[in-house]
Formats: sequence, structure tokens, C-alpha cells
Amino acid sequence: MTLAVEVRDLTRAFGDFVAVDQVTFDVAEGEIFGFLGPNGAGKTTTIKMLTGLLAPTSGTGRVAGFDLRRESEAIKQRIGYMSQLFSLYGDLTVEENIGFFAGLYGVTGPRLAERRDWALEMSGLKDYRRRLTGQLPLGFKQRLALGCAVLHQPPILFLDEPTSGVDPISRRNFWDLIYEFSGRGTTVFVSTHYMEEAEYCHRLALMNRGRLIALDRPAALRARLTEPILEITTDHGPATAQALQGARGVIEAAMFGRAVHVVVEQAASAAQTLPAWLETRGIPCRGVTHVRPSLEDVFVSLVRLEGGAVAG
Amino acid sequence: MTPAVSLRDLTRRFGDVMAVDGLTFDVAPGELFGLVGPDGAGKTTTLRMLAGVLRPSTGDALVGGVSVARDPEGVKHRIAYMSQRFGLYTDLTVRENIDFYADLYEVPDAERPARLQRLYHFSNLGTFEHRLAGQLSGGMKQKLGLCCALVHQPEILLLDEPTFGVDPISRRDLWLILHDMVAQGVTVVVSTAYLDEAERCDHVALLNQGKVIALDRPAVLQESLVGDMLVVRASDPRRALERLRAAPGVRRAALFGDTIHVTLDERARDWPGVREALEGAGVELLDFHEIGPGLEDVFMERVAR
Repeated sequence: MTLAVEVRDLTRAFGDFVAVDQVTFDVAEGEIFGFLGPNGAGKTTTIKMLTGLLAPTSGTGRVAGFDLRRESEAIKQRIGYMSQLFSLYGDLTVEENIGFFAGLYGVTGPRLAERRDWALEMSGLKDYRRRLTGQLPLGFKQRLALGCAVLHQPPILFLDEPTSGVDPISRRNFWDLIYEFSGRGTTVFVSTHYMEEAEYCHRLALMNRGRLIALDRPAALRARLTEPILEITTDHGPATAQALQGARGVIEAAMFGRAVHVVVEQAASAAQTLPAWLETRGIPCRGVTHVRPSLEDVFVSLVRLEGGAVAG
Repeated sequence: MTPAVSLRDLTRRFGDVMAVDGLTFDVAPGELFGLVGPDGAGKTTTLRMLAGVLRPSTGDALVGGVSVARDPEGVKHRIAYMSQRFGLYTDLTVRENIDFYADLYEVPDAERPARLQRLYHFSNLGTFEHRLAGQLSGGMKQKLGLCCALVHQPEILLLDEPTFGVDPISRRDLWLILHDMVAQGVTVVVSTAYLDEAERCDHVALLNQGKVIALDRPAVLQESLVGDMLVVRASDPRRALERLRAAPGVRRAALFGDTIHVTLDERARDWPGVREALEGAGVELLDFHEIGPGLEDVFMERVAR
């Protein structure tokens, strides 16, 4: 298996603050790799190091076969980057945007014409080539931004919350394109706060307080929460959630609709004891049932077990 | 029971564009109501009209019994409105921002300490009281915005995508604050582009291109979806996908990471076909099981109709 990214003990400090703390992982060629974590977890700093924008304090890494420390320029030519606030120019046409990015990436001559036609075809914008980009629906803009990010055919693509705010159908179309790239060997790095996007990844890495605290397939991560979630029905949801957040054996308690979802160390015994425990605190409980954990439950629990997020 | 918010054919045009196209629905008092839809569906325009800051082209809405078309100023006393670009003063501290809004809304001095205590309790901002707002993380800024909007204890709270760009941990705190408001009898209308989040609301209106395409409790909408959904894992997902798409009884099949989500026709409820579809394709079936549909599936189904 060829590795697109391999990092060993990657560390970045800003003064006394260790933003990224000895992170080690590999990403296989063609893999769709999700990057998650609360604000301040070190995701952005890691991505900046991987894209050659920031030098590591210690540790090593290779991206597309090039050394992070010594060959950052070579890395920059081999990656594509698409941010959630796509850098498209609203007052340029679709074609002009493609031309602009082609120039940035050094795509010229006959290759330019070929790549432009490819990008228009891929994004489904052939009939809109002379339309102002600002007038396009968001889903179209997203596909155009993707096309522009890969004009130079980079083997590695970085996506930052790529489908924020688009409708499910556009999101589906977008991911179908990503799967096609991945099928042809492009490695895709996705950073997001949203489990709807995370579900599309082959593997997910979770960062907290600068450290990598979990790395696995979405289904395997879900299987880690071996205990089911308890759903507590009560007329006093917020008070229940607050009370449970400090209770023994409780990892996480959160509102879900009017009910409270509780992650506990042992579901069977907690289902017996929690109602009485709540009653003694003046909170009547109308029922306890078992529900399946969502990916978000898994992540929040892992972060809580690691001692919570940095702040906020 | 008189609705807290009542929309009647509420419509807003911008030139040729129908941003909001004849919305009619009610929000009951003390309800957590979700306006759900993608970017451009009309969520922000609707909230701005309900907040009295944008006049409807036609139609009307009663907010706390006051007409937004005839008395937009009157509406403003009944509500708190947190827009996507809520104005925080970045060079003031957390506490100074809240005090500023308390002054603006003329909150009596005697009531302030208790209210501040409650807001700090749920937002966990108390320990950051003296930090400049400009130095807060995205999630903390959103929580501070919410605290400022809530300092005058409105009857109705209108929130435009409060969780946009907020990480899952802070997002849970935000929902806790919203539920606490609801528990105190406040009506909350909140917009979001994320359908998994919408499942937390009492009622949702799914919006697409300015129109309501579904309106009900999330659980009812999910149950309304005909056909079952399966998650399939196979040794070669791409090949398996092709086979499944071509199989009879399959309405839709799509990749999700290394799994395939298959939506079946209603008549295929006892579908035996996963094994058959993959037989002879040189693909090993690793695992398959049923899953319940999410609101996202409901949305796809309604739009496709």
C-alpha cells in the first residue's frame, strides 16, 4: 500500500502552548480521511503543517513522498485546497475563474484548454460557462470550487467543511465526485464539525487538546461505545441534563429534543439507578429507554473522557 | 391556544426572485420550532420578516399577536433576534457586552444579577467574564451572542443558524440553553441547514426554494418515508454499488465511506435481494442491516417528488 501522508510525532508549539502534540498517523493513497475535533484541538495547525504553510517544531512527515521540513514547495505543487468560503470571484464568469486558478497553478497552453473542458464537464457547468459565478446556486459554486482546486491534478486534496449549507442532493452529487477522485487514486483530507460530512469518510481522526485521541472507520468508532445510550423522558430536560453532567458513571448528558441522551459506563445498572437518583434531586423521570449511539455521541464522549475540550 | 407565531401566505420577492413564497404555518407557544433547509431556501428572509426588520411583499405574520406588516416596531418588543452577524463588541469583555445589551433593553438593575447568573450557568461563560469578546472561540462567541439576545427575557426567540461553524461540544451547550428557554415558556424559532440537528426540534418546516415542502414532528416525517433502508458492506464497494443500483426493487443506492446505503421500494419490504444482487459479481458480502431513515432522506424524497 502506497502512503500519501505519513507523519511521526508531529509537534508544533507556539511559545508554551503545544498546539499539536506528537501526532502520528498514515493516510493511504486514494483514502478519504476525515479530520474532526473541537475548536482549538489542533486540526488547523496540523493541516497547515501538512500543506507546507507552517514548519513543525519537532517530528517528521512526508506528504506525496516529500519531506515536510525540507520540501514544502514541492508539496504545495502536489496538493489542492478547497475552503468552505471558496475563494471564487463572484464578479468573474465560470470560465474566467477557471482561467484564473489555472494561471495560479501553472496550467497553461494545450493543457489549459483540456483541463478547462474537463472542469466544466465534471462540475456540470458546461452550459453556464459565461455566467457570473456570483449568480450560481451554492451547490454549483461548490462543484466549481472543487474543479478549480484540482485543475493541476494534485494527488492530494484538502477540503475544509466542503458542503456547509448545501442541500442534501447537491451534497450527494459533490460526494459522488469525491468518490470518483478517490477511486482513481486521489487522496482526500476532509476537516469538518459536521457528522453528516464525517459519515462519508473512509476513516476518521479525532483530535483534542493537540493530541490524536481516536482513529478508525466510522463503524468501528461507533462500535467503541459498547454501551447503548439511555434516553430519559422527563418534563425537566435542561435540569436533568445539568444534574447528570456531574453524576458518577455518567460520561455525557445532552438534550435531544425534549428528552435527555445519557452516555454511561454501564447502561444496564444505570437504567436501574438513575431514575431514583434523579428523584432524590427533585427531578421526576417518566421513562428510560435504550437508543443507538450516533457518531456525534461517540465523538463527544471521547472528548469528555479525555478531560474535555480546551475551552468553550 | 393562540399561536405564538402565525404565518399567513408570507411572501417576499427580491426583483424576480421569490425568496419566500407563500408560507403558511403556526408555531405554538413554548415550542422549539425548526426552519430547516439548504442555503438559499428562504430561512434568513423568513426570520428577518418575523423579526420586523424586513417588510413582506405580500401576506402577513402575527408574532406575539402583533402584525409584522402593519406594526414591525411593535414586534421588536416581543422578540429577541439573533442574526448570523450578531453584533458583539470585540473590544469589550464578555460581561461588558451583556451589560451593554441589558442597558439597551432597559433591564431593571434589580433583575440583572439573577439573570446573569442563569446565563452564565448554562453558557459556561462565567469563568471568561473578563475576557475580550474578540478573543473567544467561535462557539463561545455564539453563546455570548445568545446570552446578549436573551438578557431581556423575550417571549419569542428567533435564531438564524446559531450553530453555524460551531464544534459539536459547544453546539450541545447551545441546544441546552435553547431548551432551558423553552422550559421557561419561551417560544423558539431556529433555522439550520443541518438535518441531523433538526431532529432535536418539536416541529420542523422543511424549506426548499422559498416553499414549505414538509411540516410536522421530525419522528412523524421520518415514519412517513416509504420503503426501507439498508446499510451494506462488501469487499469491493464500487462494484457492489453498480450491482445494487441495477437490482430490481432498489430505488437508490449510494456510497457512504466504505458502506453502501440502499433505499428500497415499498413493495420490497421483505427484500431477499442483497445476496442475489451480489452473486456472481466476485464481491464478498461482509454485512448488511436495516437503518431508520433520517430527515435528510425525507428531504431528498420530497424534493425528488
